[in-house]
Amino acid sequence: MTVKKETIEHLINLDIIKVDEKKAHIVLDKERCAACSEKPCLLVCPAKAYTLENSQLHFDYAGCLECGTCRVMCKNKGIVSWDYPRGTFGISYRHG
Amino acid sequence: MGETYRFDVIVIGAGPAGIACAYKLAQAGKKALVIERANRIGGKNLTGGRVYTYALELLEPGLHKAAALERSVVREQVMVLGENSAVTMDYYNPDMADGVPQSYTILRASFDDWLAAYAEKRGVVLVDGIQVEELVEKDGRIVGIKAGNDVVYADAVVAADGVNSLFAERAGLRTAVAAHSVGVGVKEIIAMPAATIESRFNLKPGQGLTRMIIGGTQGVIGGGFLYTNKESVSLGVVLKPESVAANGIHIYDIFQDFKLHPALRPVIGDGESVEYGAHLVSEAGWKGVPNKLYRPGFLVIGDAAGFVINTGLSIRGIDLAILSGIAAAQAIINSESVETVGPLYIKELERLKLTQTMKLFAGWPELTGNPRMSTVYPGMMNDMMHTLFAVDGQVPEKINKAMLKIARQHVSMTDLLADGWKGFRSI
Repeated sequence: MTVKKETIEHLINLDIIKVDEKKAHIVLDKERCAACSEKPCLLVCPAKAYTLENSQLHFDYAGCLECGTCRVMCKNKGIVSWDYPRGTFGISYRHG
Repeated sequence: MGETYRFDVIVIGAGPAGIACAYKLAQAGKKALVIERANRIGGKNLTGGRVYTYALELLEPGLHKAAALERSVVREQVMVLGENSAVTMDYYNPDMADGVPQSYTILRASFDDWLAAYAEKRGVVLVDGIQVEELVEKDGRIVGIKAGNDVVYADAVVAADGVNSLFAERAGLRTAVAAHSVGVGVKEIIAMPAATIESRFNLKPGQGLTRMIIGGTQGVIGGGFLYTNKESVSLGVVLKPESVAANGIHIYDIFQDFKLHPALRPVIGDGESVEYGAHLVSEAGWKGVPNKLYRPGFLVIGDAAGFVINTGLSIRGIDLAILSGIAAAQAIINSESVETVGPLYIKELERLKLTQTMKLFAGWPELTGNPRMSTVYPGMMNDMMHTLFAVDGQVPEKINKAMLKIARQHVSMTDLLADGWKGFRSI
């Protein structure tokens, strides 16, 4: 019972998220993302869902908190489709 | 094959705006349907936060007595963080607990769920776990919605789908939210016993505290907040995403470091983090409200319409959401044709004083969004306090001279005067 700097994995695990295995609600164009020099998504996503793996942009929609920050910050339209998860899926805050 | 249904009004989103709207409609005998994508009402919603009860009173007198509220706010604080120090202004007034003006801290999962259940008892039809996919348009008019294979028709569709309103966009009333007009809120719910909260924050049982926090965000534009709930504390930051990107520090790190600031850690350190959340907040005030809030058969309310006021001392959104929901309902109830609903909605927003209040605070985002408010002044203020309180046996400098010296170390006189003048003008 101590508050400390937690890992993002720990923080996301505190939440109830029902992952839609059949449909990604956010879709990226890998080529456009590769060509994007700014990549603000790497810094602004509170869930740290955007990461670089072998210098390629990787997005894990499973831990998404649906805040929409990536949508408003995406500079070069690498996010080709942004929607909320389908009904019943996604984050379900118990406190809010 | 899907089914076809008909209602008088469809509301997209079961937050305070949508529920307030449907509630007023049902009270007037209208068939109102609220569609919510979360499988539990309130499950997608996040606040700091608090609700001002005058808005609940407008919905129904005495309503707040039955509401799912956390603590009655009697202590308002502003905390300015230096590197290892803090200056806190504390306003305590137990009279704030009785009657309007009055506010309560809330948690959205329980508050929204309670409000929705209450509206259902008044005749609102509520479906959860359903995502509205499209608006149905006919002859330039919005006539219904599509969800899965089902189509629902109505005289009016009300978009109450939040700050990142996809439906206001799809209806052509606004473009996607601009990065400069939002803050991204990140918060943790930290559980601790009620008695601990009360002794730590100097509160009686049932009493609550709110704290706006300036500084401590590693130079990123924005601020923090702390609200006491019954058995938890909501601690978070709201930061300009563009400033996060420009500074190069991950927002996750900024918040995790923020909560461990020497002035914050002692009050939360023995608690237990039980939830982590993030949400956008409209920060543009009146300038962020779309030029047009309606088209035939369609209205935009609440966060979707940008109805948020942030003065730096307090943040209002839920009360404005409820007001706009009531305004939309009144417009629908009192209109004889579909063409008059929109203009009447605008009049109702004025009648409920929402428009005038938002216009009054129109200049504030300039003040709260001033980078020096987050980067320069918190440190300067802490240095000044240090000079005022530090005694080391030496002959101290004359206070006016010492203060001027500190100010000069932090900011140019031109900037200081410009900020002072701008600040004075904008409020």
